[in-house]
Amino acid sequence: MFAHRHLLGIAPLSPQDITQILDLSDRYVDLNRQGAKHVDRLSGRTQINLFFESSTRTMASFEIAGKRLGADVMNMNVLASSMNKGETLIDTAVTLNAMHPDLLVVRHQNSGAVDLLAQKVNCAVLNAGDGRHEHPTQALLDALTIRRRKGRLHRLTIAICGDIANSRVARSNILALLKMENRVRVIAPPTLLPSGIDRFGVEVFTNMEEGLADCDVVMMLRIQNERLTGAAIPSTREYYHRYGLTREKLALAKPDAIVMHPGPMNRGVEIDAEVADDSKRSVIPEQVEMGVAVRMAMLDLLAHNLEKAE
Amino acid sequence: MISHLLNARLIDPMTGYDGPGALRIANGQIDDVIKGPSPDVAGLDCDGKVLAPGLVDMRVFVGEPGARHRESFRTAGAAAAAGGVTTFVAQPDTTPCLDDPALVQFALNRAREAAEIKIHVMGALTKGLEGKQMSEQQFLLDAGALGLSDGDHVIPSAKVLRACMAYAKGLDALIAPATQDPSLSNGACATSGEMASRLGLPAAPAVAEQIALQRDLALVANTGCRYHAAQLSTAGALAPLSRARSEDLDVTAATSIHHLTLNELDIAEYQTFFKITPPLRSESDRIAMIEAVRVGEIDVICSSHNPQDEEAKRLPFEEAASGAVGLETFLPACLRLVHADQISLLRLFECASLRPSQRLGLDSGRLVPGAPADLLLFDPEAPFVLDREKLSSKSKNTPFDRQRMQGKVLGTWVNGKRVFGG
Repeated sequence: MFAHRHLLGIAPLSPQDITQILDLSDRYVDLNRQGAKHVDRLSGRTQINLFFESSTRTMASFEIAGKRLGADVMNMNVLASSMNKGETLIDTAVTLNAMHPDLLVVRHQNSGAVDLLAQKVNCAVLNAGDGRHEHPTQALLDALTIRRRKGRLHRLTIAICGDIANSRVARSNILALLKMENRVRVIAPPTLLPSGIDRFGVEVFTNMEEGLADCDVVMMLRIQNERLTGAAIPSTREYYHRYGLTREKLALAKPDAIVMHPGPMNRGVEIDAEVADDSKRSVIPEQVEMGVAVRMAMLDLLAHNLEKAE
Repeated sequence: MISHLLNARLIDPMTGYDGPGALRIANGQIDDVIKGPSPDVAGLDCDGKVLAPGLVDMRVFVGEPGARHRESFRTAGAAAAAGGVTTFVAQPDTTPCLDDPALVQFALNRAREAAEIKIHVMGALTKGLEGKQMSEQQFLLDAGALGLSDGDHVIPSAKVLRACMAYAKGLDALIAPATQDPSLSNGACATSGEMASRLGLPAAPAVAEQIALQRDLALVANTGCRYHAAQLSTAGALAPLSRARSEDLDVTAATSIHHLTLNELDIAEYQTFFKITPPLRSESDRIAMIEAVRVGEIDVICSSHNPQDEEAKRLPFEEAASGAVGLETFLPACLRLVHADQISLLRLFECASLRPSQRLGLDSGRLVPGAPADLLLFDPEAPFVLDREKLSSKSKNTPFDRQRMQGKVLGTWVNGKRVFGG
């Protein structure tokens, strides 16, 4: 039984929780493929998407998910600049809480900010990404995509390649995939690996060819533009040369290996267009589709627990 | 006026005495130290509890001037008295900072008016703590500053620091900088490692401290100035420190009680009360620092008392203010090391009373005739659970809230006058 009040990260979830979320998500995938995509599961509920960091994809995905379930959805973009008017995160939380939302979807640029906010409100909180900490719905949609494509979510070899140090997607995916008993590899130059990564339970590669050998899944991460101007990598062309996913490098993975990317992609930096747009190998559009279903499942499960509390 | 403190367990780090005894106090000074059975005279019966020189804390941040909502000299003084601290040195990181002789005088006057314990200040090493222009060292010392420091700020330029040191050498002044390489540590709020990586917090490698200390010590060798590393926290800093000592440089070093009793795992729940500068370190660093205190590689333990108000702490970890109050928990936190048999009570009072007093050129920290009667009476065994709301500090940002502690202050005396207990 899913017994959590919030979805703050993958860390608090059990393998059973993850399986339950994915099972329900499968049903929402079916619903989403129908002409009439609406159910009244969240009718009367208020969902606020509170984004302190700009996002189009994730916010749109949560908005569609909420609307398909019948919730009243409101989007709030609070960019960092307006927070500096003296209103703290806690003030914002207390203010919104007084309006009695039921579901609060939050993205924030600081690690731990969503946990902090969840302590101050009465509604269910969903983490839509906090700093470099966690992005649980991304890991869940990735898990769903893998499970549907590979027929299972255990004993697979999965390589995560790119800016591991600064990626919340990588952290949540590492946690989720290890909980489900997979072999997880990370591939990056040492400057983009977080310190202590050797204690995460993953295999660490700085050579991409070695890391890709015999993988079932290749998960690419976006190189943020600010990394390109810092001291972490010398240039995009050298990065592409060493860590860009090309057809040649992909050939080292299993013949049926799938290619994933959380988007938005930098074609020609971390991934070659030829690979990214190859519908036989790339499941990137499917990840977006699974995103809506996973978010519907999470909203559904958390709303169910709200009902029990009421 | 003459009075007696009788039937105590005396701890005197100066003579190395730990045993039964009594003190005779006259004119605010220790008049006689009676070792062994107490004489049959009228006085306060200490009931076998520990009587020791009051704690001398080399590193305390007070919000005055500029931030009295965090801590004033009055509340800091009350917190110190309650914690058995009879002398502390306020850091110059105030608003405005103590880079002007008039401000040093102002702070010392305010401290004298508002607090019953002895409060000294460090003058700023550079104007505005900006690390660019040397402050008026002679004037600051004449105004009463005990030494020079930029508090938590690090001087990035070796050229500026070298000039400050060379100039200080000419005045025989003590300088006490923080030692974190700013190019590595700016923007970081945790120590690089598994915990910081799991939490996704910006982190600096522990080696940032070693780099800064090595630079400073090379400049000490170059200039010959009197140097005190204000707060070390990593094992990597110990080798350069002992090399400097072997070269007979005039060097001492302190660590904070938080770095001796807490480690990086404490930030696991993003609890901002554990956010301090430098950040909490790994357990192996903590153990190395305790060992360094035990064997004498580290001379001084300080509280690094740094009051921060609730608003400044109720923020995401990265954004929250850094610092923890420490004056009132200084003794029981130190006693954790004693109860764990990691250091002796005598060594504790060497590090937290005698050595800081000597390094600052003061005459307290010892139980000898003629020394000021700055005393601390405490029960090292008494257990309690810390309630932060009961702290005397204006800010309640202690990392020890709701923790079990052992060791209660029963009385504090400054110049023979009781300022706490009784």
